[in-house]
Amino acid sequence: MESVKITNGKSPILQLKAVSGSYSPGSYAVNRVTTDIYANTITAIMGPSGCGKSTLLRAINRMHDLYPHIKTTGEIILKGKNVLAMDPMEVRRMAGMVFQQPNPFPTMSIYDNVLAGYKLNDIRLKKREKDDIVEQSLQSVGLWDEVKEVMTKRGSFLSGGQQQRLCIARALALNPEILLMDEPTSALDPISTNKIEELLLQLKEEFTIIIVTHNMSQAARISDNSMFMYLGELVEHENTTQMFTKPQNKRTEEYLTGVFG
Amino acid sequence: MNYPKITYTGWRKGKDKTAFVLVCLFSLITMFPLFFILWDVVSKGYKNFNLRLFTEVTPSSMDAMLARMNGEPIPGGILNGITGTVLIVGMAIIFSVFLGLFIGIYLADNRGKRFAGVVSYLTDLLQGMPSIVIGIITYAWIVKPLSGYSALAGSVALTIMMLPMIVRSTEETLKMLPVAYKEAGLALGSSYTNVVFRILIPSGFGGIFTGILLAVSRVMGETAPLMITALGASVVNWKVMEPTSAIPLLIWDFYNDPNLVELIWSSSLLLLIVIFLLNWIAKIVARKWKV
Repeated sequence: MESVKITNGKSPILQLKAVSGSYSPGSYAVNRVTTDIYANTITAIMGPSGCGKSTLLRAINRMHDLYPHIKTTGEIILKGKNVLAMDPMEVRRMAGMVFQQPNPFPTMSIYDNVLAGYKLNDIRLKKREKDDIVEQSLQSVGLWDEVKEVMTKRGSFLSGGQQQRLCIARALALNPEILLMDEPTSALDPISTNKIEELLLQLKEEFTIIIVTHNMSQAARISDNSMFMYLGELVEHENTTQMFTKPQNKRTEEYLTGVFG
Repeated sequence: MNYPKITYTGWRKGKDKTAFVLVCLFSLITMFPLFFILWDVVSKGYKNFNLRLFTEVTPSSMDAMLARMNGEPIPGGILNGITGTVLIVGMAIIFSVFLGLFIGIYLADNRGKRFAGVVSYLTDLLQGMPSIVIGIITYAWIVKPLSGYSALAGSVALTIMMLPMIVRSTEETLKMLPVAYKEAGLALGSSYTNVVFRILIPSGFGGIFTGILLAVSRVMGETAPLMITALGASVVNWKVMEPTSAIPLLIWDFYNDPNLVELIWSSSLLLLIVIFLLNWIAKIVARKWKV
């Protein structure tokens, strides 16, 4: 298929070139996806179950390396560097990830959870630096006022929505180039979901966000651009308003209007 | 269609009752041995269960006989056994935890691989190995080449016995942790080693620690493998390469010495108390550290 392009005058922060992902030889969960992602935008990846949206997202930070049977091919250029040729640990420091289930590390305090990225990378910080990073990261996810008195409690002490914001803070603490979110609100209640959505709209001032969502209205509410995937192919990548009002592709239209999916 | 009529008759009720009573009865019977052991050990052991037991080494048979003839208490304790058990089991803990953790991590993370399957199978075999066989093997490996019985040889025998239990508990605990912890750690750019040692092991600490405690309480009373490796000693020994005593070895000695036979019960009581304590701590840790 043809490459789909969105431009807003800047050069892309992330370029996907014929990216494919395969769980078994000969079959492709993601099939030759080519597109560009621009800085300080929120891009939603939508599509029915099994269309390859999570597979595509997890290819970007090399999570597939954990499972040797999954093969990723093509080129993924993050800030001018080819992700697939880089050291995966370096890639993952540049691309933060937030998972579907909030997963703060259960044995660490809230404070240590925010700093987990530094600890796990054996980066030693001074007390001042630590305090600054923790405060700033928690401020940016709107959790600082809620947890500043209980910093030594375990991460699992918080509510589900707070835990998820803690996980976002943990990813932000490493100051990543891009934030990858795999259905980050699907395990949360509507109020927590709403908070996270508002948070994402603030965060895009500083970060670039790619969010996989099965929730079309969520994509419509928060994303600048939307990608629609179907059977492993990128069907359409378009300005969100444009896609929801005048989809270019028939399958996109059918999905958005509930004919399938 | 006519379905058969199902009635709850007196006969069926009676059968039901009988089964229930039998189940309760048999459950009670399984508890009897433990009660009798406790009763025997406590009632016969409390007499010599005093400070002396912990502060003095085993008396010679002659001294004990003289004391007995004069109607005095046995002039000594089992300090040499207590320190020996601490030394031998302590070293065994270090060896087996170190080895067992690594094997357990490997098995938990490499399910389905051929080599992991072999290791897993051999671990099961090791678990079923008679302790005297392990003792003899250790004798051939350590005692013979180093030409002498030693605490080290004893601890190697106990290590081999503890290893399968620690491997299994580590493996099972790590398998039960959500894969999300591992992925979250790696997604932060961590190395695999750091994820294992800073996230997975601490998260599974309760299960792993419980496994270690239960393994310790199992080997603590082992006598057979120690007889042909650590041998025993009548003095307090902290030297790794010297023959060393242990509480179960002393119990065996007391059994063979009519002048010291009284000490069997207090030594057994001490061993039982320690093992109960370990089991109790294991239960609490398992409950408190649930993730």
